[in-house]
Amino acid sequence: MKSLEELMAIKAKMQDKVALRTSSGTTRIVVGMATCGIAAGARPVLNAFVEGISEAGLSDSVMVTQTGCIGICQYEPVVEVYTKDAEKVTYVKMTADRAKEIIEKHIKGGKVVTEYTIGAAKK
Amino acid sequence: MIRSHVLICGGTGCTSSGSMKIYDKLADEIKAKGLEDEIKIVKTGCFGLCALGPIMIIYPEGTFYSKVTIEDVPEIVEEHLLKGRVVDRLVYTDDDQAKSEGEKVTASLSDTMFYKKQNRLALRNCGVINPENIEEYIAMDGYFALQKVLTQMTPDDVIQTILDSGLRGRGGADFPTGMKWKFASGNRGQVKKYVACNADEGDPGAFMDRSILEGDPHALIEAMAIAAYAIGADEGYVYVRAEYPIAVKRLSIAIAQAREAGLLGKDIFGTGFNFDMQVRLGAGAFVCGEETALMTSIEGHRGEPRPRPPFPAVKGLFGKPTVLNNVETYANIPQIILKGADWFSSIGTEKSKGTKVFALGGKVVNTGLVEVPMGTTVREIIFDIGGGIPNGKKFKAAQTGGPSGGCIPASLLDTSVDYDSLIAIGSMMGSGGLIVMDEDNCMVDIAKFFLEFTVDESCGKCAPCREGTKRMLELLTKITDGKGEDGDIEKLEELAETIRTTSLCGLGQTAPNPVLSTLRYFRDEYEAHVYEKRCPAGCCKNLLKVVIDPDKCKGCSLCSRKCPVGAISGEIKKPFVIDQSKCIKCGVCIESCKFGAISKK
Repeated sequence: MKSLEELMAIKAKMQDKVALRTSSGTTRIVVGMATCGIAAGARPVLNAFVEGISEAGLSDSVMVTQTGCIGICQYEPVVEVYTKDAEKVTYVKMTADRAKEIIEKHIKGGKVVTEYTIGAAKK
Repeated sequence: MIRSHVLICGGTGCTSSGSMKIYDKLADEIKAKGLEDEIKIVKTGCFGLCALGPIMIIYPEGTFYSKVTIEDVPEIVEEHLLKGRVVDRLVYTDDDQAKSEGEKVTASLSDTMFYKKQNRLALRNCGVINPENIEEYIAMDGYFALQKVLTQMTPDDVIQTILDSGLRGRGGADFPTGMKWKFASGNRGQVKKYVACNADEGDPGAFMDRSILEGDPHALIEAMAIAAYAIGADEGYVYVRAEYPIAVKRLSIAIAQAREAGLLGKDIFGTGFNFDMQVRLGAGAFVCGEETALMTSIEGHRGEPRPRPPFPAVKGLFGKPTVLNNVETYANIPQIILKGADWFSSIGTEKSKGTKVFALGGKVVNTGLVEVPMGTTVREIIFDIGGGIPNGKKFKAAQTGGPSGGCIPASLLDTSVDYDSLIAIGSMMGSGGLIVMDEDNCMVDIAKFFLEFTVDESCGKCAPCREGTKRMLELLTKITDGKGEDGDIEKLEELAETIRTTSLCGLGQTAPNPVLSTLRYFRDEYEAHVYEKRCPAGCCKNLLKVVIDPDKCKGCSLCSRKCPVGAISGEIKKPFVIDQSKCIKCGVCIESCKFGAISKK
């Protein structure tokens, strides 16, 4: 080890990997992963979120996690986004592409993607 | 892309309850489900809640599973990792009643009472990182403190920082760490010097040093390198007992990784600073925790203490100036360097700074390792974090400092834990063993237990310790056997005083402490043994009779069938009696009686 830069490089490389264990998780993205969700394709959605958040360098503040059946199986894959001080947003019939869009617009930009929410789907 | 980490405790406690088999099974199951690219399994050091092992934590949720068995693994993988449903029945909770009633249980580790009141500094990485991966340590700011001292601080700055932080030795002697370093700092570069680490944790019941070595070995390496820079040493030794195989293995791996990364060896960080270290295995003699005996043992001689002065800072290892600190002391150093002396001294009390790790054991619900700020009360540690006394029994006393320490009675439960208040009540911080005793423990018997330990462990070099502790043990045995005479207690006190003042090293000087402190707070128990031939706690076998209460006995004959020596006889449906000449007082009949008619008196 010759320099601080080398040390910083290792830290930067690893930080993402340990952030999962230390993240304060002010925002939580919860993917429904019960049988219905998995059957409807929740797994690629979950992976898209995990990858997208990591690429965006948001692992420190955003926790991607999974949950069981939310109870609206016809709308699966269902994803819920919990942010501090804001109401929970429920996205339905998710795909990996929609996941990327939500990261861009909602998580980074703070604007709910209304057309994918349960409210829009019900109409 | 990894979306979840499963942490499995690979500390000694969980390993012995089978955590490595669970690790293998988990790896198989994850592979079978095709999740190996999404789930990472991490073997960590101790989480601290050893009584509930094997322990597993799943991130990012932080779900805390306890007492996991190999049969539970497929369910955890299928339910939690695949479908995201927490396996409620395995989740640790403070409140088993709420759980059985189906209420929402505490799922996250940090929400449990056990962790909430803790402040983990020395143990900060234990149970968080993989100790066999140097990069995970670096991700937690590892080796940044070493980089900082080598490039931005003079050796004197380092010593001043440690002095200002108020850090005192965690091994038992409470000596200010910065002073120790300062004493050894003269003539830098002109004389050969050493840094050494005391990892010969011998206090029965204490295992925080082991836990740090197993969970965060790089912290020790980094701290020793910092100490070496501060005093001008280039070589280090860690003296660790061979009974800690996992600790030895992880430390050796860590040293090899640090060497490979250039964090040990020549010209570290391109500053011209050289430092390397080696591990020395001890055979487990208690006296080798005493600094002069430890260094004699490292040199290859029989582990016996020698008189001080000269102190190690002047004449230590191989006759050279040496700094010797305990593992837990070292574990605090990198953080003090990074966060500053003010940060550290803001934690704790006026004279005792920082935190202390305690190994909670004995009659307490949550046995394990807890780290609390100095000044926390004994009551908070035992009742809030430890969960109180099991089976609704009453608290009687807590022993701190192991065989060198003393007991804290119920009336002093609100004593704050810091060096000076513990000394004031006749106990000591020691290395941090905290053994809880309930109403069933006899204090004379406890004192006898610790004396047996010191008699065994006395190295025999000086007469007061070698002969004196043996005589004390004889007296205690006599008392607990019911043969105590008038004057025995006074004789014990006289012996204790002589041994305390005339022994060569700390082992002998502190050996009488358990007797002195139990005499101070529980003299009535000693007197009951000697004058009334009675053990108030119902513990000393030779002073007890097992008797059947004829009013409660229904004459069911169960006890007579259970009795291994055939000492109980009687007629069905009439009260049975115990033949005292045959009875071995094993207590089987007491446990078997459904009417509570049999007791020890």
